[in-house]
Amino acid sequence: MEVNSIENGIVIDHIKAGQGLKILSHLGIDTRTDTVALIMNATSSKLGRKDIIKLENLLDVDITALGLLDCGATVSYIEKGKLVRKVKLALPDRAVDVIRCKNPRCVTSAEPGLEHVFLLVDPQTQEYRCEYCDEIVKI
Amino acid sequence: MDERKALVGRNLLEPGDFSESEMEALFDLADRIQQVPARYAEAAKGKVLAALFFEPSTRTRLSFETAMLRLGGQTVGFSEAQSSSAAKGESIADTVRTVGCYADITVIRHPKEGSCRVAATHSDVPVVNAGDGGHHHPTQTLTDLLTIRREKGRTCHLRVGLCGDLKFGRTVHSLIKALSVQEGIEFCLISPEELRVPSYVVRMIEVGGCKWSETRSLGEAISGLDVLYMTRVQKERFFNEEDYIRLKDSYILDEQKMQQAPEGMIVMHPLPRVNEIAAEVDADPRAVYFKQARNGMYVRMALIMGLLGIEEPETRG
Repeated sequence: MEVNSIENGIVIDHIKAGQGLKILSHLGIDTRTDTVALIMNATSSKLGRKDIIKLENLLDVDITALGLLDCGATVSYIEKGKLVRKVKLALPDRAVDVIRCKNPRCVTSAEPGLEHVFLLVDPQTQEYRCEYCDEIVKI
Repeated sequence: MDERKALVGRNLLEPGDFSESEMEALFDLADRIQQVPARYAEAAKGKVLAALFFEPSTRTRLSFETAMLRLGGQTVGFSEAQSSSAAKGESIADTVRTVGCYADITVIRHPKEGSCRVAATHSDVPVVNAGDGGHHHPTQTLTDLLTIRREKGRTCHLRVGLCGDLKFGRTVHSLIKALSVQEGIEFCLISPEELRVPSYVVRMIEVGGCKWSETRSLGEAISGLDVLYMTRVQKERFFNEEDYIRLKDSYILDEQKMQQAPEGMIVMHPLPRVNEIAAEVDADPRAVYFKQARNGMYVRMALIMGLLGIEEPETRG
């Protein structure tokens, strides 16, 4: 299968196989008219199988939260056909409205319009805590 | 005095919000107030404290209100959600924003965990957490630490047993957080399986480098303690009444158990109690829970003065 390289845009590579759809969904770009490619289960020497996302004409993407979905993926920024920057995703220190607090006693379950904010506790164990009630969540 | 100045305009949402030296400054002030209360009788004259109690309370609300009145200030507020605009669906954010237009300091108790943080975000005046669900109760912790300091002469190098509802017991969570940064604290967590401390509390203990153990038996643990902190199994925290009925009488401290306790051990309880401490224990000199309640008023007076930046009054005549 052949997917053309892009002139301007972003390539999210080394996504764990099966995570590509989740990342695409989180990016919320379904209303865009530019070309978007999602390649699933591509062969990878590192991962065996991987997903790849290519987003044409899109450079301004908030990748902070993507590390929560797959902290091993990479984001390459392409301009005029050349790689200008490559970033390895990492777990964000603060995640807003990505993780939902499941503690039924947490104020986020009652106060209207309140963001669900989680703070990274330990990158090794990939644990986050709710900023309001301290509920621990393992990613 | 410098430590107290550092408290001006701040919030108290959980025990970690104040440093050890800041808390010590408050305890020193609480001691001075208790020695000569008349000297402070007009310290907060012209100031208003708003007590927003979305959940029932006797000690915390009355001790805050009394603290403000004894400082010469005034209080406004409500003692149940139904008598506030929360019953009409008003958000916490809007409530505290409005109250901040009327009062100099806001004290809030709310059943939802983290509600005080929402309140603090939207308030222009200092916010004090008077209990947010099963999460934290930092002014009870100030009360507890002051009591331990007075009764044991120190808040470090102690074997502290916490008994009862350690899952939903906010006073327990806050006290553990405050004590786990002290040197040489050893925790003994005594609870039924269903009411064990949450994982984030265990993490606080481990981060603090304290020794800790868990047991279901109060009888086994009591002989090795310097402080025994009893708690009530709280009916209001259970979604299922059957579970509450099954667990409510898990521990009862009576004279017989007190005979196994060391002579120097103190028994504390944030109150209210139901069955967990038999009335016969009240006469035991090691039972300090009513002293604890009294200490709460003085430490809250000190806290109000600290957050409002009230200077030490001049000695009269």
